[in-house]
Amino acid sequence: MSDIINLSRREVLKAGALAGGGLILGVSLPGFVRNAAAQQGVTTFAPNAFVRIGLDDLVTVIVPHSEMGQGAYTSVAMMVAEELEADWTKVRAESAPVDPVYNHTAYGIQMTGGSTSTWSEWKRLREAGAAARQMLISAAADTWKVEPATCATENGAVVHAGSGRRLTYGKLVESASKLTPPKEVTLKDAKNFKLIGKATKRLDTPEKTNGKAIFGIDVNLPGMKVAVVARPPVFGGKVKRFTADGAKAVPGVRHVMEIPRGIAVVADGFWSAKLGRDALEIEWDDGPLASLDTRTQGEQYAKLALEAGAVGRKEGDAAAALESAAKKIDAVYDLPYLAHAPMEPLNCVADVREDSCEVWVGTQFQTGDRIAAAQEAGLKPEQVKLHTTLLGGGFGRRAVVDGHFVREAVQISKAVKAPIKVIWTREDDTRGGFYRPRAYHTVKAGIDASGSPSTWEHHIVCQSFMMGTPFEGFMVKEGVDETAVEGARDNPYAIPNIRVVWHVAPAGVPTLWWRSVGHSHNAFIVETVIDELAHAAGKDPLEYRLGLLGKHPRIKRVLELATDKAGWGKPLPEGRGRGVAVHESFGSVVAHVAEASIGKDGRPKVHRFVCAIDCGPVVNPDTVRAQMEGAIAFGLSAALYGEITFDKGRVRERNFHDYPLLRMNEMPEVEAHIVPDAEKMGGVGEPGVPPVAPALANALFTITGKRIRRLPIRTEDLKKG
Amino acid sequence: MIKLKVNGKDRTVDVDPETPLLWVIRESLGLTGTKYGCGMSLCGACTVHLDGEAVRSCVTPVSRAEGRQVTTIEGLGADLAGPLQEAWISEDVPQCGYCQSGQIMAAAVLLRENPKPTDKDVDDAMTGNICRCGTYQRIRCAIHLAARIKAGGKK
Repeated sequence: MSDIINLSRREVLKAGALAGGGLILGVSLPGFVRNAAAQQGVTTFAPNAFVRIGLDDLVTVIVPHSEMGQGAYTSVAMMVAEELEADWTKVRAESAPVDPVYNHTAYGIQMTGGSTSTWSEWKRLREAGAAARQMLISAAADTWKVEPATCATENGAVVHAGSGRRLTYGKLVESASKLTPPKEVTLKDAKNFKLIGKATKRLDTPEKTNGKAIFGIDVNLPGMKVAVVARPPVFGGKVKRFTADGAKAVPGVRHVMEIPRGIAVVADGFWSAKLGRDALEIEWDDGPLASLDTRTQGEQYAKLALEAGAVGRKEGDAAAALESAAKKIDAVYDLPYLAHAPMEPLNCVADVREDSCEVWVGTQFQTGDRIAAAQEAGLKPEQVKLHTTLLGGGFGRRAVVDGHFVREAVQISKAVKAPIKVIWTREDDTRGGFYRPRAYHTVKAGIDASGSPSTWEHHIVCQSFMMGTPFEGFMVKEGVDETAVEGARDNPYAIPNIRVVWHVAPAGVPTLWWRSVGHSHNAFIVETVIDELAHAAGKDPLEYRLGLLGKHPRIKRVLELATDKAGWGKPLPEGRGRGVAVHESFGSVVAHVAEASIGKDGRPKVHRFVCAIDCGPVVNPDTVRAQMEGAIAFGLSAALYGEITFDKGRVRERNFHDYPLLRMNEMPEVEAHIVPDAEKMGGVGEPGVPPVAPALANALFTITGKRIRRLPIRTEDLKKG
Repeated sequence: MIKLKVNGKDRTVDVDPETPLLWVIRESLGLTGTKYGCGMSLCGACTVHLDGEAVRSCVTPVSRAEGRQVTTIEGLGADLAGPLQEAWISEDVPQCGYCQSGQIMAAAVLLRENPKPTDKDVDDAMTGNICRCGTYQRIRCAIHLAARIKAGGKK
């Protein structure tokens, strides 16, 4: 069952491949081209599209995945280096151009998302490294006139044991370049790994500590202008009329123009463009969402929850079982829209010429963005060269189906015939939509006389960001959007009568995958309700869970490790509470034990998180730990502060003062443990997020005796009841 | 024309005196290590030193920097940059890396003023710098490590 859920976004992207596939014609294999051309004066050995070795012994790994902090450049390079037996100090990572050869092995288009960058390359990139190694051995054997089988590789060199001869890979560049890549390669047995599984320093750290790392916003081209865009204050709104006189009077402003998404002000630099935008006079047609209001939307969602929805799971008779339950819970939850809020606000550089277009962008969605750029430029996708820069955070926000942040830059560059950098201000980014959907849940659950859960009726109301897109046919099955119910429909606990129903909320506010997607809200409900049932049954919440996970030994194992390391059951300092939550998502299982108290200001104080993850075989354990630390901070920002609200159709929040993120003084001590598991590899970027808020809420409950039904956590919900 | 001394070099820029120093550094001088994050002095990504003091360049008019020493991540002196960068690498601090220039510039002032900061000192000095990736625990460890490196002690 979990497999279906975890595969969800792979399915989406197969759909994406179909949607965009017909447009991707220019099949070129950069590696092979270089290799074939290099008959004389060979300077690099490029056996395939993923590996390039120079005369200087440097090994460049061309990484098809975007680096947005999750460590993909390093983990992917480690896989190649392992099979290549490269000298790790000579390995570099480089972002791949857009080409079908770099398409995601599961999704079929070039993109980064779904916590897949490592497992999706586990075969392809190791094979790329192994193929290169085999060719280097052949080249050395030819040179020495010995059998390849008598040669071995170590630390970036081929060695001949019999004679003690040794040639570094750089010295074999020319001879290896003349060879044909092998059709089949043998991969190493895991027990022979030298690099994989060992904590390895990231390749991108030095440049991220000296100011040299280049993000999209740092790209600078000769003659480039900077644009900021005034977008409608209400989603779905349009420009009715505008006056540009004030803007044009600002020194440095060069152009003011209407584009499909608003009014663009183009200037010599950001500050002039922003002042120009401030001076615009725009009359908006607010459109159908003009009266959108958070409170009335909540009332609407409450009504929707009572209507017939799409049934995602049905076993037994939940309603009848509720009648006979010994104790009942009737809970209503309201979780808000959330912004991704990457530290680098959205931006894109485009340079449209007569018959070409170049785009520099920190994107998670290369194939789609290149098609979007081509459409706007009036060119074919293969005439568009898209450069993926480093991403100053992504969390899903930089993987958009409609390519909007690329389209704007291309539209403006085409119109003004100059390279353009569109910069979103923080306010633009916060108010720009594509949020985690607001999620309204109701749960009616009951326990029998023995305390075991007998029934669970779970209704979810939220928007779908799949319906109406090319992915709908793959992601919405029998009226149920996988991304809305994931983590709820696959509730792992043994409950004989269970029904999970999804009610689609009206479209309008742009929504999107937000680090951990549907799991981000569904885990909160499942893991706080199961905790509540444990208390209703008078049982320890950990023992209660373990007793209901007979069919899920992997989840049990993770739960046991986290609680063991956290000292579950041991006394805590006065005023401190402890809570646990566990959740499976993206092929991995994560459990958190939270320790918290309530400060003098009435706000939660989070002291410690002890975490365990089972993600299958691990490439870089330090990256796994880093992602757990980061996921805890990300989850806490949402639990404590995150909320996008609407008043008269307008987003209230603007910047970090009213959309706060966790800060240094609020970061708990984090301890992350990895369950040894040689089975199937899962994801790491997202699975740490879902159990954060429920672990904290469960900890706070032990102090207040009150359940938290809405996020972010409000001070009034922490008063002892 | 505004005369600046940036990373020890004399620079002259032709911009409105009200322009935030951040955009002068990034766009006029091409030093992109200093980042834009919020424009309201809320996140610290734009932190630079003005006569050695940490300031938020996104809300500092360039006119305020006239005739003063501006230091960016690219020009941070080796006595501080060395230990901090070594510690940041040793703890493998950055994830996306976008906020880290600002984090290091804030940490540099802390270490210069306080060679042996406590956790509370780190909180006080670093709470103005947001990291969305949540690298705070590693930043804390790295600052303590940098303090030890700077003191010439054992790592």
